Amino acid sequence: MSTLTVTVRKRLSAAFTLDVSFSAPPGITILFGESGSGKSTLLRTVAGLIGPDAGHIAIGERRLYDSAAAEHVPAGQRRIGYVFQHLALFPHMSAAANIEYGLAHLPADQRRARVHAIAGSFRIAHVLSRLPAAISGGERQRVALARSLVTDPVVLLLDEPLSALDHATASHIIDDLRAWNAAHGIPILYVTHTHREAFALGDGLVFLDGGRVVATGTPHEILDSPASEPLARLAGFENLFDAVIVECRADAGTMRCRLTGPDPGASAGAGVEIEAPLAHGASGDRVRLAIRAGDILVANEEPRGLSARNILRGQLLSLTREGPIVHAVVDAGARFHVDLTPGARDDLRLGAGDHVWLIIKTHSFRIVSS
Amino acid sequence: MDWTAIALSVRLAALVSVLLLAIALPIAYWLTFKRRRWTFLAEAVVALPLVLPPTVLGFYVLLAIGSRSPVGRLWTSWTGHGLAFTFEALVLASILYSLPFAVQPISAAFARIDSSLLEASAMLGASPWRTFVRITLPLAKEGILAGAVLSFAHTLGEFGVVLMVGGNLPGVTRTISISIYDQVQAFQYGPANTTALLLLAFSFIVLAGVYALQRRPWSVSPL
Repeated sequence: MSTLTVTVRKRLSAAFTLDVSFSAPPGITILFGESGSGKSTLLRTVAGLIGPDAGHIAIGERRLYDSAAAEHVPAGQRRIGYVFQHLALFPHMSAAANIEYGLAHLPADQRRARVHAIAGSFRIAHVLSRLPAAISGGERQRVALARSLVTDPVVLLLDEPLSALDHATASHIIDDLRAWNAAHGIPILYVTHTHREAFALGDGLVFLDGGRVVATGTPHEILDSPASEPLARLAGFENLFDAVIVECRADAGTMRCRLTGPDPGASAGAGVEIEAPLAHGASGDRVRLAIRAGDILVANEEPRGLSARNILRGQLLSLTREGPIVHAVVDAGARFHVDLTPGARDDLRLGAGDHVWLIIKTHSFRIVSS
Repeated sequence: MDWTAIALSVRLAALVSVLLLAIALPIAYWLTFKRRRWTFLAEAVVALPLVLPPTVLGFYVLLAIGSRSPVGRLWTSWTGHGLAFTFEALVLASILYSLPFAVQPISAAFARIDSSLLEASAMLGASPWRTFVRITLPLAKEGILAGAVLSFAHTLGEFGVVLMVGGNLPGVTRTISISIYDQVQAFQYGPANTTALLLLAFSFIVLAGVYALQRRPWSVSPL
């Protein structure tokens, strides 16, 4: 059970330098960030496909790269499994030959035994004789995982491996990967830019922005109270507002804020007041507030006797179905994005133009930056 | 029909395309995967025979292998006879003359291989040589076949270089095209036409085969 430790600096252009330091214990660590934040470059650096300018990379006590000692273990000798974004299965080889490729140092009977064992764990025994082009996307993904894991790597790197798959297929694959790693206990770095994957998979999370590690912790810690605006957007806080503190209530741990310049594209001159958790600041200070679309309730008549502190009257501007979610836009002095289920929409008989009430708990608001 | 000349041309073309494969594969690999700042100069040198008059190429090859050149003297000390106006000289000149026809399709095929496949191979512990044999070569086989076939066809039809370097010795250096030229000079239009038609038909079939193999949008040069 070894921890992967990484401290590297790599200048990629005049405008972009990867400069990161983090460690990944056994289990799944999410590398989270927007495209262009350096996630894939970092992964390629750990793999040894890119040489850093300085730093060190080690698995437990075993050094893979150390600029001070002029040590650079070649990619193929690092014993790192790498599942590429587009899988990179060899198109001219059967699934079995793909999986066997990294076992060239073993005698033929051992190779065959290993291939069949891992094919069993990843439920692909029935596709072994077929070419990658002749199997489904989920099966290809499983073959790619099996090809990397059959070599018993000490670290596994996954570059947005499930982005092309539907949710059910992806989660079954993740279950099998977790089952495999329960027995092997290696650090797995998982690159993604979707917060749902990050929440569902990660034991730990490293947030990258502009080539730097901005935050580390559990997905819950990082994504539930995002410290910066890029993180808030990635973490699924669809609503971001400029606000001014009107009144701080230190005893209650809350503050009244007036939404001023709402998020881009919203109706101007909001003036709507809400109650949010207390932040560092005084009356008149500007703050940035975030709230998830899924944390806002909708009512079709004025609710009474609720504990929620924010009840805003507004008009429903639009309703759009996005998969299992109905996405509503409501003008309640400021423009709010609200997610509800198709069932809720039907029960409330909601339609564009309707008057509705938005119900928001105080602590559903997050202060992103003061 | 001059069967001696046809047999000679086929023997020359077959030998040249086999040797060219051995030479062009490493050159194409180097040009595609080991690019340096000055690689374009090497590309220009390889492509020179495409635009150079065959007489110019032939002339310099003749100078390079003549009895006064280091190469010519070395050859004479090994074999006891001169290199110029021999079958071996033809092979050497033809290799240079057809080099771009072998290198360019192979290089293009190498460049079309998704680099993540080569990285995946490396991550799985394969040496560069194993990656080349197991991944690069099989995925470039259409380009390699095209290179071999084009070298064969191009060598079969060459004229100027042969005349400069090989001369016109029946059974030794008189190739198909020289034979046609001789027949026309002697006003034997009938036999010349038969041989020329044969070459025309063969060249058409070869090019049709190469284009069918490539299955890509048409370009004037199948390279």
